[in-house]
Amino acid sequence: MLDEFQLAVKDLHVSIGKKEILKGVNLQIKKGEVHAIFGPNGSGKTTLLNALMGFEGYTVKGEIFFDGKDISHLPINERARLGIGISFQRPPVIRGVKLQRLIETSAKKNGNALEKYAKGLNLVDFLEREVNVGFSGGEIKRAELLQLILQDPDLVLLDEPESGVDLENIALIGEYTNYLLGKIREPNQDKTMKELHRERKKSGLIITHTGYILDYVDVDVGYILMQGQIACKANPRDMLHTIRECGFGECFRCFREEETSVKRKKG
Amino acid sequence: MSKEKKDKPQPAGDLDLTIYREETKEHPLLDDLSKLSPEDRRILLMTGVDPSGKERSGSFFQKDHSVIHCRTDFDGAEIMSTTTAREKYDGLTEYWGKLVPADKDVYTRRAEEHQEHGYYIRSLPGADVHYPLQACLYLTEDKLAQDVHNIVIAEEASNLNIITGCATAPGVRSGLHVGVSEFFVKKGATISFTMIHNWAEEMAVRPRSAVIVEEGGTFISNYICLVPAKDLQMYPAATLKGKGAVATFNSVLLAKPGSFMDVGSRIILQGEGCRGEVISRVVSTGGTVIARGHLVGEYPGIRAHLECKGLLLSDKGRIHAIPELEGTTSDLEMSHEAAVGKIAQEEVEYLMARGLSEQEATALIIKGFLSLDIVGLPADLKKELERMIEETDTEAM
Repeated sequence: MLDEFQLAVKDLHVSIGKKEILKGVNLQIKKGEVHAIFGPNGSGKTTLLNALMGFEGYTVKGEIFFDGKDISHLPINERARLGIGISFQRPPVIRGVKLQRLIETSAKKNGNALEKYAKGLNLVDFLEREVNVGFSGGEIKRAELLQLILQDPDLVLLDEPESGVDLENIALIGEYTNYLLGKIREPNQDKTMKELHRERKKSGLIITHTGYILDYVDVDVGYILMQGQIACKANPRDMLHTIRECGFGECFRCFREEETSVKRKKG
Repeated sequence: MSKEKKDKPQPAGDLDLTIYREETKEHPLLDDLSKLSPEDRRILLMTGVDPSGKERSGSFFQKDHSVIHCRTDFDGAEIMSTTTAREKYDGLTEYWGKLVPADKDVYTRRAEEHQEHGYYIRSLPGADVHYPLQACLYLTEDKLAQDVHNIVIAEEASNLNIITGCATAPGVRSGLHVGVSEFFVKKGATISFTMIHNWAEEMAVRPRSAVIVEEGGTFISNYICLVPAKDLQMYPAATLKGKGAVATFNSVLLAKPGSFMDVGSRIILQGEGCRGEVISRVVSTGGTVIARGHLVGEYPGIRAHLECKGLLLSDKGRIHAIPELEGTTSDLEMSHEAAVGKIAQEEVEYLMARGLSEQEATALIIKGFLSLDIVGLPADLKKELERMIEETDTEAM
């Protein structure tokens, strides 16, 4: 049954050193769905994405299934090759390596795709620049998007895609995030737009602190991550509305009550 | 044989010179470098020297102690053996030993006593030697000593591009190369000098170079050594004499296990508005590198920067960065930046998240680290350097 899910995470515990950051996270993302995780700073959002990607420095217990296959022991690059892509919140600079070179090394899409998307993301001049060297916040996010669009993953992990981006750029980021998630498709002679929409199978998991990205990208399910646990699963718009009105304090209230009473029901 | 050694041991002159042979036979002339054996041609190409002579203004090829090929394809430049040039131009007394005195150390004395040729390169006033002149110093016999003395002159307002490659033939394991080089950059002239070393593992190498730059002149040195060298020690110095003179030293070094490289660059800024820059990138996979740099500011208002970055990829390796700044007047702007470390795990993981294996990611980072973006380098030379770094064997890293 697992392979109806692009991603299924079961009872995931993640520690850094002796400190447990994630304390039993369960998540299921169906093919074609996009989920978002909200949560205060330090709740473990980035840790979750990093553990899913397989980065070092984490002790991971529990199971991670990608397209029905247990990937929890695979190295990062094999997860990437299977079809997981990640956009970094603060990617490192790679000196002496041009952005174009990096993209060509990792891209699955070819032909004129690079040219086209680089143009759309206003990054043509950046292809000849060293990766992330001297890039502004918005330029970093756009460069991450460009790399991912060309890498063409089936599951996209986005870590705060809107942080550090000015208002002018956020619409552009939103638009190209939709390209990345396969939500925008170009009209096609062979298939109707309806058919294309049904065929959509790319999934996403977006971490957002502010939720601005939801103004541009449709999200199917929202979660609140709090102190290493999924505290709530609901309609993302309602969730965002509450957070904007009352802040995460309101979530804490809920979370504490549930913790002290009975073991929380999920879903 | 080793009287030099007994005379006056130098701090870095502790080589046992008695193990090298001083004499060898003369080699016959060669009218065309493309007639060299495929193996030799391959080595030359990897050293930046194109045997076809395509897009070169001229070539000089010294095999052991014989200059076997020399030709110029451009009227604005001369290239010949320094021995020939001294016969032709009254001993080159204006230049010979003026920047690197013969009694400077054991090796300069050796070069004076044993000198077997070396290249004389000169660009005529106002000439633009766009395509580089290429010079190759080639060692084909094991345990042979090669002592050369080079003179390079860029006459006023000329532009001179040079590639020199120093290499050993297949089968040669050890040897001694001593090279005295004196560079004269006259008023408003530019020399861009790229030197590539491609030695056998057991070579001992002692270049001794000095540069003088007159008003408005520019000297750019690019030094590349991506192969092992048992014992390499050099510390070229540029003196900026005239107003607005500029010097840049770029060095790219890869020290494999068993290599010892003590390499530095010094710039002495003596004129109004002079600028200097020393940049080095060093990777050690087990060898030792001492990366030196010395800026001496002697005139108010000069600006100079020294940058040394090292990547240490093995616990057996050693990188010792010694940047020195020395000011003798107020109102100077001199700075340095030195960093020695390992490859950041974060960078490797970033590339792995894009699908590269750990080894591919590491190799890409190392190549990126070594590829200095050298401003003002002619496009074809730039391509040549990129290719060389691209072909560097990072498998073992």
